[in-house]
Amino acid sequence: MYETNYHRASSIDEALKLMGSSAEGKYLSGGMTLIPTMKQRLAAPSDLIDLRHIAEMKGIAVDGRTVTIGAASTHEEVATSDRVKAVCPALCALASHIGDPHVRHMGTVGGSVANNDPAADYPAAILALDAMVVTDRREIKAGDFFTGLFETALSDGEIIIAIRFEAPERASYQKFANPASRYAMTGVFVARRDAGDVRVAVTGAGSNGVFRHAGLESALAGNWSPDAVTNVMVDPSDLLSDLHATAPYRANLIKVMARRAVAAA
Amino acid sequence: MGVEGIGAPVARKEDRRFLTGKGRYTDDMTAPGMKYAVFVRSPHAHARIERIDVTEAKTMPGVIDVLDGEQLLADGIGNLICGWMIHSKDGSPMRMGVWRPLADKTVRYVGDAVAVVVADSVAEARDAAEAVIVDYDPLPVVTDPVQALRDGQPQIHSEAPGNLIFDWEIGDAAAVDRAIAGAAHVTELKVLNNRLSPNPMEPRATLGIYDPGDDHYTCYTTSQNPHVARLVMSAFYNVAPENKLRVIAPDVGGGFGSKIYIYPEEIVCLWASKRTGVPVKWTSDRTEAFLTDAHGRDHVSTVQMAFDANHRITALKVDTISNLGAYMSLFSSAVPTYLYATLLSGQYDIPAIHANVRTVYTNTAPVDAYRGAGRPEATYLLERTMETAARELGISPAELRRINFIRSFPHQTPVIMNYDAGDYDASLNAAMAAADVDGFAARRAESERRGMRRGIGMSCYIEACGIAPSAAVGSLGAGVGLWESAEVRVNAVGTIEVMTGSHSHGQGHETTFAQLVADRLGVPIDSINIVHGDTDKVQMGMGTYGSRSGAVGMSAIVKALDKVEAKAKKIAAHIMEADESDIVVEDGALKVAGTDKLVPWSQVALAAYTAHNLPAGMEPGLKEGAFYDPANFTFPAGCYICEVEVDPETGKTTIAQFVAADDFGNIINPMIVEGQVHGGIAQGIGQALLEGVHYDPDSGQLLTASYMDYAMPRADDLPSFKVSTSNTPCPNNPLGIKGCGEAGAIGSPPALINAITDAIGNNALTMPATPEKVWAAVQTGH
Repeated sequence: MYETNYHRASSIDEALKLMGSSAEGKYLSGGMTLIPTMKQRLAAPSDLIDLRHIAEMKGIAVDGRTVTIGAASTHEEVATSDRVKAVCPALCALASHIGDPHVRHMGTVGGSVANNDPAADYPAAILALDAMVVTDRREIKAGDFFTGLFETALSDGEIIIAIRFEAPERASYQKFANPASRYAMTGVFVARRDAGDVRVAVTGAGSNGVFRHAGLESALAGNWSPDAVTNVMVDPSDLLSDLHATAPYRANLIKVMARRAVAAA
Repeated sequence: MGVEGIGAPVARKEDRRFLTGKGRYTDDMTAPGMKYAVFVRSPHAHARIERIDVTEAKTMPGVIDVLDGEQLLADGIGNLICGWMIHSKDGSPMRMGVWRPLADKTVRYVGDAVAVVVADSVAEARDAAEAVIVDYDPLPVVTDPVQALRDGQPQIHSEAPGNLIFDWEIGDAAAVDRAIAGAAHVTELKVLNNRLSPNPMEPRATLGIYDPGDDHYTCYTTSQNPHVARLVMSAFYNVAPENKLRVIAPDVGGGFGSKIYIYPEEIVCLWASKRTGVPVKWTSDRTEAFLTDAHGRDHVSTVQMAFDANHRITALKVDTISNLGAYMSLFSSAVPTYLYATLLSGQYDIPAIHANVRTVYTNTAPVDAYRGAGRPEATYLLERTMETAARELGISPAELRRINFIRSFPHQTPVIMNYDAGDYDASLNAAMAAADVDGFAARRAESERRGMRRGIGMSCYIEACGIAPSAAVGSLGAGVGLWESAEVRVNAVGTIEVMTGSHSHGQGHETTFAQLVADRLGVPIDSINIVHGDTDKVQMGMGTYGSRSGAVGMSAIVKALDKVEAKAKKIAAHIMEADESDIVVEDGALKVAGTDKLVPWSQVALAAYTAHNLPAGMEPGLKEGAFYDPANFTFPAGCYICEVEVDPETGKTTIAQFVAADDFGNIINPMIVEGQVHGGIAQGIGQALLEGVHYDPDSGQLLTASYMDYAMPRADDLPSFKVSTSNTPCPNNPLGIKGCGEAGAIGSPPALINAITDAIGNNALTMPATPEKVWAAVQTGH
């Protein structure tokens, strides 16, 4: 790791100021990706500004079916939140399978969403839940937020404060884990609001990161059942091929995980 | 057996240290003035070095010096060598290319060491290593061993034209061809054995200390065999003469073979310590471990097995290409030859066997012994072939094996080995009972009702441990003898130190070796210390690998104990005025048989050292040494049965049941043996399902250089194992021990792949059986 300066921000204003005054600053919100990258000397921020201890970014609120999760909430806090579990258990299940206990106690929702790793779990949930990404300066719709591999709509210095969504009627996330990293080799989040409104988001498989699958959504909007998935074509041409899985195999996994998610929802 | 003697499941003495974080590993060692080394490594798989510029690096903060291969050569440090000479079938010696500890003009794999920075801290050394400018002229790359043998491929070493190191054979080719021509059935198979990264929990490390006052070197290192390291560094690398070089291998956190070899880093740190005048420590990071620890396996084979009309095997023909990587590691040549082809008879009476083995240079990390070393490759090939043949012949896999089992001993195979003892029916029957093979059909039907596929597969393995005797291995090309030494030192108060040439890096020797002494002398194991791993404390020894420490290392202790006991009896007889032949050793005392007369062990020891009242002419003291050279290998064997459930939609395999029935001969500590079997099976399952080293074929870059891409088995990948032993004592060593360290890794991969191929109805499957491969095979299966 190259030398860096660590700052623990206690407010959003302080974090913004620290970022403004650093040469090449980076926000740190768990560091489950950033710190290993720095250890490998693949990233060299001059300053790390830790967001995990900012009070305005902590806490989980559920008001009716509106769920607001502070960006600094750890995966463990989401996984074990009874209030979230009562309205959207699929999100708790998703959080409970991220990494290992160490990762779940350090990593945060905001960190994961801002990093937009193409194999991370949260982006699939954010997209399928049609969530709002609340930042220090605006609200960004999930559909506008994820713009490519490790790319988001966030501006320089912009901080995610919270994630907000209306709990769906039914939802489930099914992940087929990479045998080595345990990241999603393919993960599918399905969410159904009412008969006509189904969203299916896929992570780990797209060559441009997380995406919604129109064919699966329309099939499930017409017929909310596992069998509805069977005849949907999943085109492998936009999917990732790597050491662990080819695009055709990922195409198969998308259908299998979607079917299982509907069955489990 | 007593509560602490042979056969007792004694809790490991060393675990207090390990479990409380008090282990002392090489990286824990310090020396006054110690500095840190970081290696500049080649980012290219094959390139000429045009220029190395260290000007800027030398001026960076904390830097003591930056050294390269030219200086190393100028100082007369020798080449790394392979210590086992193999001759090709045309009589020519193997073609070993030059391996410099720091590259000279050419780099041949990603990770090849080019220069070393010595600095005040690791971070400063890393910064300076990045500032070393190396101009490379990249050369074409070849990583695949089959491709490397074709015409027009990159030439890796000028000494080995066409990248062929040797073309070796064993057995009677003409007899095999005749048998195949006249066979009722011939099973043919192509078998790939995947390349593995060893992944010990403790990465390699070394601390080189040069003392100018005595012109003496001390080398702390992560070694399975410190004496061999000292011998090789003295005799071949010109680091220092043996009397000026002390090698210490303190606590070592796993080796699996990868810490047998002497690597460039030990040599360079010792040399750099003299050059810079400060002790120099290097500790590998995990990426360096993936890049530079010797890998294992990597065979491509074709096999033909011939049967007569009664399903008896009449011949076996094997052709193997073995990838040895960019350089010949210390014992690399022995692994795909004498540790592999000599085991191709398995548990079967096969009248004719022929194997041809070609070893090949490629632009990949060196390949050498890894848990099992050749025997897993032989077992996988043979047991996949047996299962395939049973399916083709339409008889049960168990029945085909029973028809061909060796049942009379000793048995001479056509490939050197002479099996001394075994009962293969016993382990097969035990495994089949434990696996409830009769209930499989019902379990399969239940799986199928849930849309799953269920399969069962077996593997009957044999292996050879305690490689020996020295004269025989010498005649086959070994550069060293394969005996072991021991010294039993009884202190004046009766406590005991045992100096052993074996080395424990997870095996539990501090417990099992003490159990042997406790059993023999009736003293508590807490009064016994096992000393190993230091060339200044222990007489010459050969170290630990090939499951040899029990069969060979403990046998040496037995020989030394024989001498100690004989002398103690003389002293006791003298004290009690009894006849020496009436003295027995029991419960920590020497007794006159049939009487109540006794002298406590401690009193005999004290008498030996006070020397006030010894038999006439007897030397004072009670300390004896012995060297033990076995008469033969030992032959552990067993039967493993694996049952799997495959999800046909995803290709994911779940191990429903894993049964191991082993014959290890006599057992010193059943709990430790069980632990060794568990660990071995975990590694075997890792090979079969998860692990595989991948290089990019065009660039030679290592694609599996971290745990993000190299899949190590985790606890939730593994079932609970059902293990048992049925023992036929080894007749060739005093304890009847065969060895248990590698069996799990040898026996398990074919059982698993046989089970998966049974489940999916498609025999074309290679390791690791990843979900995608299994899914693809399901699409074309039944």
